[in-house]
Parts: sequence; structure tokens; C-alpha cells
Amino acid sequence: MTATAGGGVSIAQGLVCPAPLNANDRVQLGHGSGGKMSAAIVAERFWPKLQNSALGQFADASLITVAGAELAVSTDSFVVQPLEFPGGNIGSLAVHGTLNDIAMMGARPVCLTAAFVLEEGLPFDLLDRVIDAMARASAEAGVPVIAGDTKVVERGKADGLYINTTGIGVLDGALRPAPGRATVGDAILVSGPIARHGMAVMAQREGLAFESAITSDSACLMPLVEQLRGLGSAVHVMRDPTRGGVASALNEIAQASNVGVEIEEGALPVPDDVRAACEMLGLDPLFVANEGVLVAFVDAAVRHRALDLLRAHPLGAGATAIGVVVAEHPRMVALRTGFGGTRVVDMLPGDQLPRIC
Amino acid sequence: MKFLSEYRDADIAKALIARIKAEATRPWTLMEVCGGQTHTIVRQGLDELLDGAVEMIHGPGCPVCVTPLEQIDKALAIAARPDVIFTSFGDMLRVPGSDCDLQQIRARGGDVRIVYSPLDALALAQRTPDKEIVFFAVGFETTAPANAMAVWRARELGVRNFSVLVSHVTVPPAITAIMEAPDNRVQGFLAAGHVCAVMGWTEYEPLAEKYRIPIVVTGFEPVDILEGMLLAVRQLESGRHEVENQYVRSVRRDGTPAARTTVEKVFELGDRKWRGIGEIPMSGLRLRSEFSAYDAERKFGVADLAVDEPAECRAGDVLTGRLKPPKCGAFGTRCTPEHPLGALMVSAEGACAAYYHIGKYRTQETAGAAS
Repeated sequence: MTATAGGGVSIAQGLVCPAPLNANDRVQLGHGSGGKMSAAIVAERFWPKLQNSALGQFADASLITVAGAELAVSTDSFVVQPLEFPGGNIGSLAVHGTLNDIAMMGARPVCLTAAFVLEEGLPFDLLDRVIDAMARASAEAGVPVIAGDTKVVERGKADGLYINTTGIGVLDGALRPAPGRATVGDAILVSGPIARHGMAVMAQREGLAFESAITSDSACLMPLVEQLRGLGSAVHVMRDPTRGGVASALNEIAQASNVGVEIEEGALPVPDDVRAACEMLGLDPLFVANEGVLVAFVDAAVRHRALDLLRAHPLGAGATAIGVVVAEHPRMVALRTGFGGTRVVDMLPGDQLPRIC
Repeated sequence: MKFLSEYRDADIAKALIARIKAEATRPWTLMEVCGGQTHTIVRQGLDELLDGAVEMIHGPGCPVCVTPLEQIDKALAIAARPDVIFTSFGDMLRVPGSDCDLQQIRARGGDVRIVYSPLDALALAQRTPDKEIVFFAVGFETTAPANAMAVWRARELGVRNFSVLVSHVTVPPAITAIMEAPDNRVQGFLAAGHVCAVMGWTEYEPLAEKYRIPIVVTGFEPVDILEGMLLAVRQLESGRHEVENQYVRSVRRDGTPAARTTVEKVFELGDRKWRGIGEIPMSGLRLRSEFSAYDAERKFGVADLAVDEPAECRAGDVLTGRLKPPKCGAFGTRCTPEHPLGALMVSAEGACAAYYHIGKYRTQETAGAAS
């Protein structure tokens, strides 16, 4: 190639790119994003050394049998910043998040534990608001916190406070959803508007010069699961699409079930204010976190019934069908655009990065 | 959203697609200049819907993709300093340098932060007088006014702990470079609407004349882009070669004079390397000498850093439309979105990443249908 640009510079020379990245010798923020980096750190570092059959279920919660009782166990740590956001705080979130993980297995949560890591200097009035919110969320769900722990670290060693919660639930009946049970023909439902939690939190963060009235959707999904319980085995998969958003949840299910997922862009329930905030920040709502949305894969035969049941509860008033499970393109999520075009919705490598233009 | 939803209307878009197909008597090859336009084309699958009536070559207008390795390495060197808070637009954080990327610098202890505006970085400098705040000023003419304004304000306010690492490029020299290539296939351009909102389109008039090529100033929504394509196809079908303005709601012939003036006060034209393309004379912006105190390259002594760039990544051929990404030897094997060889595989706007996703899907679809 001898192409020149004005002053005789070859544009074919200097085909310029660096050597492949191999300098990943430590943890990056992207490892906590819920995307491919999160999956990789688990698969490469944790799983080989800790593996067992329960851990290998790779579901929201692990199912185990103890003395004849089938239990679901889940644990989750909460590090949200800011600690308080419109629609909740880290205390309510820590209850909802773990209860939802258990509920997504079709189990009924029976108890929670809570461990707090507190930073020296944390104001008591803030801590009290967090504990109040935790108590309220626990009471509303009817699931008590039965064990707890507090540790304090030096100023600067924690971001105000972190909370870990663990929950135990009991399985009963025919409702046994699992990530690997999606079946060709299944209808894919979401229980309400998406991307609210992530955008509510982001709008509160320092440095973003916009104000919004977006509130987090943080909520306990147990009532919605109860609505669907009667459908029993016709409910194939349930998921609460937290970090990584709906897109990551759908990808994980497509992979676990070895099926293709096809969703309609026009069917995605994204509230106008959330969409506007996403536009402004260059983010895709499909990858933004939810804390009170349920994704369900149900047998096509019960599609309408499932939607009616979800909509009969206030939490599910905005329930809608967003897509179907197909035999084509197994393990991939495809999105039909409003214009009839198609694009692949892949998992993100790490955190979603705002675009320049 | 008013002024947005009407440009995303599927019925209008479908009618435009039908018009383009009806009016194109042969397949035409157009290049959209801007990465934002590439993003829309790929996200909406517009190229797929055109059934070959128009082939779109994705142009070099993604600022992430054309920022040279050298500038990334300078950014990494500065960001690693303990006295620095390095601020950047988000999607620069994963662009690989020679050794690592900005996210990895952060994991090693560097203070790297995403900002949405250079003025936020300036405000951070005022709040944090004991640190040096550096802003990575990348982009085309679109981001130049705000970056110029930040430097201007810093001088006005006497803020001394603020500087910018400049990697600004301009569109017209890139169009020249593409048109001068002997195996150029581009027959018409969709110029970048936001660049023209700042600069206007007078610079493009001599280019359209010299290369006898239609240039349509085009917006970023699906309906904008399809309209731009239709205008370009009509010119080609009737043998015209003019600068036309599709993006009338934002762009005037002389652009935004106040913004241009700000840019001209702070920046001047200079030679600039483009990733994958090499140096293009007078294709970039650099700080004028009276603002050299705000030049991060000088402040941190990295101005002379020169980096040779390995040849395995053929970004230059892709950016100039000579190579379709799947034909690249490293595509999908040694170069993937998780382990990119170059920026085209990183950015959502990068042609390689776009083909990687679509190609994977179409291959699977064919395999699925056959089984």
C-alpha cells in the first residue's frame, strides 16, 4: 500500500495496535461488574479450588438437602454508593437482594443473617436509618434476621459501611425454576420497568450534573413469586437481573440452557426518564442494574395466565412479555430492533463505560 | 422524547429504506464518518435492512479508535503518578496501551476517574489543590470547544494544577487521506453532524469538488442516517457531487462561530498520528504556545515518548475501508472484545467489535438453520 495523505504519509504503514493484554495480575473494578470478567474470576480462581455440586449450580441460590429438607441458600454483599438513594438505602437493599435470590429458586425464605463492616466515623444517624430500613424490609417480608455480626475498620478502610446478608429458604411444591430449564418456545416476561435502580444510584453520584426523579425499584419479589407459584413446573426460569442488567441475565440463561433468546426492542419497558438519563450518559438500559424486577421464562401455554397473575399484584402492574426462546443461535441473545434489524446483545466484558459520542 | 422519537420512527425508516432500494440502480459504497453513526447503524441493523443497495464502510470517526498508542501510553504514564488524578471519558479506560490500560493503572493504585465534561475535571482541580488534575482531551471537533473552554477557564481562574493531554483530530484531513488512497472504494460520505454543528460545512465544499464526491452532513438517529444515505444515493444516481445538509435542525453552513472562536483561541492545527492510519499532516489540534502551561505532555515530561506499533492489528486497513474485519487473520482468535489487539475491538463503535458480534450471530444462525 502506498496511499498518501497530503504530505506523502503512508496510511497503510504503521498499522498500529499493541500486543495482547496479559498484564492482568490483579483485581480490577470490572471483576465486580457481573459481566464476563466476573464470570472469569469465579471460573478461573474460585471454582477450581472450592468446587462442589451445590456451588456448581451457578444459580441465584444453591439448593441443598439437609435431613430430608430441601433448602436454598444464598449470600450477597452490598457495597452500593451512595449508601442512601431515592427509593431505598443499603439496608433495605441488603434484605431485598438476598431474599430475591432465594425466591428466584422458587423457595420460601425463612431467615436471614446480616454482617456489617462499619467504617470509623460513620454517623450514628446514618447507621440508624440503614438499620431502620433493614428492619422494615425484613418485617414486610416476614423473614427475620436471626444472626448478625459487626466489625469496625479504620477510617478510610471502608466506604461508610458494607453489608453481607445470607438467606435460607425452603423449597416446596412443583415450582422449581432453574437457569438451565429454558425451553424452545418459552415466553420471556419481565415484571416491570427496567434499569431504574442503576440509574437512580448513578444520578446521585458525585460529578453528574443532572437532577432526576428516578427512584430505585428496590423491592422484595417474594409476592410475585407467590403469584406464579400455582403455575408450578410451567415456570422454567426466574431471575432477578441485578448487576449486569437484563442483558446479562438473559445471556446467562441462554448459556445455561443451551438455547437462543430473542427479544423485541420495542417491547422492553424502559420508563421515559430512565431512557433519557441513559441517553445522556451513553448507557444501555439493558445492562443497567435492577433490584425489584423479575424475569421469568414460562411455558408458552401459560404466557397469558402468567402475565395476568403478575399484573394482579402492584409490584407486577407493568409486567410484559419481551421475547421468546428459539432453537436458532444457541447460547446467544438477539434483539430485534424497531426497524426489523437484528443485533446481538452480548455480555459486557466489564463495567459499562459511557461513550464519548 | 420530543425531537428524538420522530427520528426513530420505524414506519418512516422503512419508507426511507424502500426509497433507497428503489432509487439505487447499482450498489453504492458510502462511508459514515462518525462513530456515533456507526453505533446507530450497527445497533439498529440498518445495513442488514438495505439488502446491499448501499454498502456502508465504517469510517475513522470514533475518537477512541483513532487515538494512537503513543497517546495512550502517555496517558498511562501520567495516570500512574501518585500526584495525579487522571480524568477521562469512560470508553478510553479499556483501550489497550503497550503494557496495560487505564483500568489496570487504577487497580495498581492510580487515581483514574470518569468524568462527563472537562469542566468537571477543572472543578475537581479547584476542589483538590494538592493534586495535579489531568484531563484526557480526545475527540474530533465536537469535543474541542468544551476542552478549549476548560483550558481557557483554567487560565482565567488562575488554576495551576489542571492540564490536558491533547489527542484531538479533525475530519477533513481524514477524508483527504481516504480519497487519496489508490484503492479507495468510498463513493460518498455521510459527514458527522455534530462536528459540523461546531465547524459548519465550508471546509467540505472544496473536498466535494476536488474528489467529485457527494458529502451529506448527517445526524445520528436512524431516520437521519437513512435520509443522509438517500440524499447521497440521489446525488450519485444523478452524477452530482455537492455538500448537502440533512441535519438541518442542528447545523448551519458556518457552524457555531462562538464555539469555533473558542477552539481557535486555545488550539492550533498540527500534525497528528491516527491509530492504524499513521501521521496525517495538519490533521490534529494542539495547544497554542500561550497555553503550554496547561499541556500535560510538557508538564509531566512525556512529550518525546514515541512508540512503535506492532503490525498484527490491521486497524488501518479497516478504518480506511480496505479490509473487512472478518478477513483479518487475528479476528475472533487472537483479537476479541475481552482481549483486544486494538481499539476497534474495544469500542462499541469500533467496526471490529460490531462485526465480531454480528458475525458470531450470523454464523450460529446458519448453523442452527442447517441442523
